[in-house]
Amino acid sequence: MKQVLAKADAGCATSNFLAAALERLPGAGLVPHIRARAFEAYARAGLPHRRMEAWRYTDLRALIGEVLPLAPRPDAAALARAKASARRVAVDQAVKLVLVDGIFAPELSDLGELKNELHVQSLREVLENSATGAMAGLVLSTTDDAVIALNAAMASDGLVISIAEGNTIRRPIQIVQVATGSSVSAFTRSYLQLDKGAHATVVQSFISAEGASGYQANDVLIALAGDEASLSHLRIAADAADAVNISSGIIAVGTRAKLDLFSMTCSGSINRYQGFVTLGGEGSKLSANGVNLVKDKLHADTTIVVDHAVPHCTSRQKFRAVVDDCGRSVFQGRIVVRPVAQKTVASLSTRALLLSDQAAADNKPELEISADDVTCSHGATSGALDNNLVFYLRARGLSEKDAQMLLIKAFIGESIEEIFADNLRDFVTAQAEHWLQERL
Amino acid sequence: MTLLEIQDLNVGVDSREIIRGLDLMVNAGEVHAIMGPNGSGKSTLSHVIAGKSGYEVTGGHILFRGEDLLEMEPNERAAKGVFLAFQYPVEIPGVTTMNFLRTALNALRKARGRGELSTPEFLKKVREVAGSLNITRDMLKRGVNVGFSGGEKKRNEVLQMALFEPSLCILDEIDSGLDIDALRIVASGINGLRSPERAMIVITHYQRLLHYIVPDYVHVMSKGRVVKSGGKELALELEACGYAQFETAA
Repeated sequence: MKQVLAKADAGCATSNFLAAALERLPGAGLVPHIRARAFEAYARAGLPHRRMEAWRYTDLRALIGEVLPLAPRPDAAALARAKASARRVAVDQAVKLVLVDGIFAPELSDLGELKNELHVQSLREVLENSATGAMAGLVLSTTDDAVIALNAAMASDGLVISIAEGNTIRRPIQIVQVATGSSVSAFTRSYLQLDKGAHATVVQSFISAEGASGYQANDVLIALAGDEASLSHLRIAADAADAVNISSGIIAVGTRAKLDLFSMTCSGSINRYQGFVTLGGEGSKLSANGVNLVKDKLHADTTIVVDHAVPHCTSRQKFRAVVDDCGRSVFQGRIVVRPVAQKTVASLSTRALLLSDQAAADNKPELEISADDVTCSHGATSGALDNNLVFYLRARGLSEKDAQMLLIKAFIGESIEEIFADNLRDFVTAQAEHWLQERL
Repeated sequence: MTLLEIQDLNVGVDSREIIRGLDLMVNAGEVHAIMGPNGSGKSTLSHVIAGKSGYEVTGGHILFRGEDLLEMEPNERAAKGVFLAFQYPVEIPGVTTMNFLRTALNALRKARGRGELSTPEFLKKVREVAGSLNITRDMLKRGVNVGFSGGEKKRNEVLQMALFEPSLCILDEIDSGLDIDALRIVASGINGLRSPERAMIVITHYQRLLHYIVPDYVHVMSKGRVVKSGGKELALELEACGYAQFETAA
């Protein structure tokens, strides 16, 4: 069977790809062995393709073909460019943690702040300083997803954040991931642990420095919201127009804990956010929402898998896509309700607004319900702007552009309004409005 | 002063003729009622004046204060002072009535060369008019017309008419879907807006509305043209004899 293999450059075989990178990747003892195993798992499967149900609409083999070589460690010039870009997306009042080309940049980060409430280390530091292989588990691949396995093998850095029992971090924690290079890839892997009753908001921003192009980002965030904890996680992908970004979130939610998830993709060439949420403690709640703003030739895929593993959990999902030009938006929402998960309440709504004849949207809600006493609903629509609404607004004095703008803002607002914190909702709204201004 | 002058207007939809040689002249300060059976072209006329797409004007002119209205975008017509109160006002979820009113009012003021209203000025203005139309603060906070009853939607149209200060108001079956109490409120709101500078075209099936909004002129439309014009007594005649006599005349 023919496999598409990762190539460092033309003619270079798969296994050499890891070998070449390994000396630059952190971790001794067991870590390189675990990396090699993960790489084998990736190499066996190769890049995901359309014959795999989970990747049906996002055929990475066809879309990206090959994995690019690891980005070099950022030099002073790269850090300076990253700093300038990071400033532009800074969330007000946030504690900023910056990763540049897959490497943690303490000099651009607010590491000293909140050190009493927040324990932050870089993945590299944890893997290199652990006396034994105790931390090797950090690179264990936890699913059979090939891109997550590849991430486990290649992760060069990331953040390991823990928040102790009962602590509330009022300021948002913003992880800014900046790409400065071209035709290279960065693999980042972060861990986030909220102990019992802890509260935190984590914003992940993916951006590029000026001049960066054609890069690939592969990020994995593994998070645990302990019992009665509350985690808000926002992911905003605003990559360079020809960049690839594949991000995975693997999040477990404990008893009576709450997870608010929001993902917005507004630029790039190929983008996929896949979130795997396990509602593993009774009474836990998930609110997962997102917006894909798609133009040019962007392919933006948001895939959420919610596993209702225990009774009495609630999940609500609302996704909106605005697609223009030759763009394509994909939304897949899979809800699994296990046989024991009685009294589950799950809802899923996904709507796409198509602004051009070439625009495409794929909406795939999937409900796998194995319990009988549950309330589950889903709805999916796609269509153009309603001309009657546009005319009504124009008859009231709005220009065509302003009428469209108002209607599109209202459409995506249905999802954005689910963001709990005012300042973050405003932040996301401002980014979305910027996208609309550029488009119209 | 002549506000609206329609000469020999011909309009088609999908190559079907809807309006065939219609003439109408409306001066400032006048209230004209247009009556006629279903399918006579009344709503099409209102849409063409307001600038809705999908209609093909195959002949004739519409002049507004001497300017060619058909050359203008719908929002330019609104800025010039044309206001259409819709027969079926649309629902716009996600846009609060307050936000909509403010956005539209500021767009109109800008186009008319006036500055934006400050927030307190705007609120004062809206609350004054809303109060007289029994429009609650809760309605203003809701999405435009979302969950509004038929009467509330029509009152919202009159609210806009009062705020946007048009010089030509076209009321397309403002009485449809209204019970008698709602009709009184709406009619009294409209009557309050009558002025020597402003003209109104009241489109209706029924004479009932014209008890409340007494017109200066009544026109009967049939098969795409005005077949009879007269004073307000013409409406009473129609009520007694029906439209049938005019269908043959057209």
